[in-house]
Amino acid sequence: MKKRYAMAVDTVRCVGCSACVISCKTENALPDGGFRDWIVQEVRGAFPDLSMEIRSERCNHCSEPSCVDACPTGASHVAEGGVVAVARNKCTGCKACIAACPYGARYVHPAGFVDKCTFCLHRVQKGKQPACVETCPTRSLTFGDLEDPDSPVARLLRSRRSRVLQPEAGNKPNVFFLS
Amino acid sequence: MSVEMRELTALERGTLEGAPVLVGRPDDRKLNDDLFLPVWEKTRRGWLALFGITLGLTGLLFSAIAYTFAKGIGAWGNNIPVAWAYDIINFVWWIGIGHAGTLISAILLLFQQKWRTSINRFAEAMTLFAVIQALLFPMIHLGRPWFFFWLFPYPSTLATWPNFKSPLLWDVFAVSTYFTVSLLFWYVGLLPDLAALRDASKSKAARIAYGIFALGWRGSARHWRHYRIAYLLLAGLATPLVLSVHTIVSFDFAVSQLPGWHTTIFPPYFVAGAIFSGFAMVLTLMIPARKVFGFEGVITQRHLDNMAKVMLATGLMVSYGYLTETFIAWYSGDKFESFVFFNTRARGPYAPIYWTMITCNVLVPQILWWRKARENTILLWIVSILVNVGMWTERFVIIVTSLHRDFLPSSWAMYRPTWVDWSILSGTIGFFGLLFLLFLRFVPSVSASEVKELRRELEHEAHAGAHAAKRAAPAARVR
Repeated sequence: MKKRYAMAVDTVRCVGCSACVISCKTENALPDGGFRDWIVQEVRGAFPDLSMEIRSERCNHCSEPSCVDACPTGASHVAEGGVVAVARNKCTGCKACIAACPYGARYVHPAGFVDKCTFCLHRVQKGKQPACVETCPTRSLTFGDLEDPDSPVARLLRSRRSRVLQPEAGNKPNVFFLS
Repeated sequence: MSVEMRELTALERGTLEGAPVLVGRPDDRKLNDDLFLPVWEKTRRGWLALFGITLGLTGLLFSAIAYTFAKGIGAWGNNIPVAWAYDIINFVWWIGIGHAGTLISAILLLFQQKWRTSINRFAEAMTLFAVIQALLFPMIHLGRPWFFFWLFPYPSTLATWPNFKSPLLWDVFAVSTYFTVSLLFWYVGLLPDLAALRDASKSKAARIAYGIFALGWRGSARHWRHYRIAYLLLAGLATPLVLSVHTIVSFDFAVSQLPGWHTTIFPPYFVAGAIFSGFAMVLTLMIPARKVFGFEGVITQRHLDNMAKVMLATGLMVSYGYLTETFIAWYSGDKFESFVFFNTRARGPYAPIYWTMITCNVLVPQILWWRKARENTILLWIVSILVNVGMWTERFVIIVTSLHRDFLPSSWAMYRPTWVDWSILSGTIGFFGLLFLLFLRFVPSVSASEVKELRRELEHEAHAGAHAAKRAAPAARVR
């Protein structure tokens, strides 16, 4: 069966320690100033009635990726398991994908190509988890194949209330935030 | 009550909308002498001084580009989230400026507007030089500019093949087609004048040079027939391009899901803005050139008046565009869209640039409602410069203010141009000026062959009108 990789981010468990960010930078040898994932702290309400949500964000590996449509050379493409990837040898660095992405998930690598999260596909292909998932000390990140009903991510999304970021964009993201 | 009716003569008809399109009845020799004077005369000191300045700026442009290639685009002020900045601002600004030429040449030709005749070559040259500046940016703004050719479909061992769904690719085809058609149109129109220059050349070198470019033009009936067909066909080809090029440029933004960009009004609003800025640039260049070369007899007050009216009309369309997108931001109830228009643009850190845009593009052109303002060439020149500034700030507002505050406040960042950004902007202005000075020096900037033709047409109409009036006079009197 065709795989559909997805991630569930438990915003209740996440403490914003940035371990996922550091592990991603280390695993993927990211350059200074370049990040494939990041921590968002969103405060809602008015003082003193405040609540805060902490999220670990990254590329949403959308099912309808506008970045792939915007790429003029086909460097941005949909790879195995629906992972949105950049073939860096085909990328001219025109930044059209950056402009098209509603999630700000991409950056320009100093070597001139555009870089982004790959769900650590190189690890996943060897049966491992993405670096951020493996590192998360509070186990707030869950990764797996949504097409497999027994996968932890599919079971989690069935049992918990979840949402995606900016559903109005119509990109059909595959990163879900549990609340 | 008695009403006296009679037919108007052609000359009177010409004065109905202000000044005539051609002052006096200059014969062919006088037209040749006057219009070819900038080519034959000794190089002026003013020209040399301007040439030196623009050459220096061109040097600065290519030095800044070389520095960018060596260092990478990190040499610019671009950052995350402002991934597009001066590069795309300048691209859109120059492409917009390049719109007036084809509009004047092709569309006014198809509509048989006589006032295009003396200004078309000027405007076409400006179009070409502006598009050359614009064409630099899609290449130099790439992270890996040496791969720019991957945007063209060609059999590659890497299996790179353009993605035809990408608006950036549409841009490549739209702009390169526009440049090619504009170049051909300009060059075909030049042929009779190049031949006239060849025939009048006193030096052998000039005769050979102009002879080569004149492509053996002898002015035979067959040549004229082919010339007319080619000119009309190119005009027909160029006309849809006036609308398509900036429509496609606007798609670069409109198809992105960014507040301030994702709107269906962009294509018409961009096209109107492009014509607005294009006419402004034609006036900015034409007013001083007309004065310096004494072309007041062929580029008359009527031409300036009509161009000012087009600028006013397109300026009103642009203002309506601003109004509509602001209204829709409120009416849609989209909080991100409203935030861009009511917080980021009008009151954010770049508010002075936004208000400069409103002043230059909305308020300043309103002065053109008054005939006296349109007749004052210095005032008109100042208005045209302000519109150019206003249109550049419009591109800045659209691109930078939308990008620097996107959906996620934690990713907001300010954009500040570096010296490389400023050097590239001023360098393109210099390079544009350099090409224009060369054009003024080596090519007749007003089409002598078309002005001669216009004079004959006006004479013919005057004779025909006077004859008809004579015959119809008794019958047309109503008492």
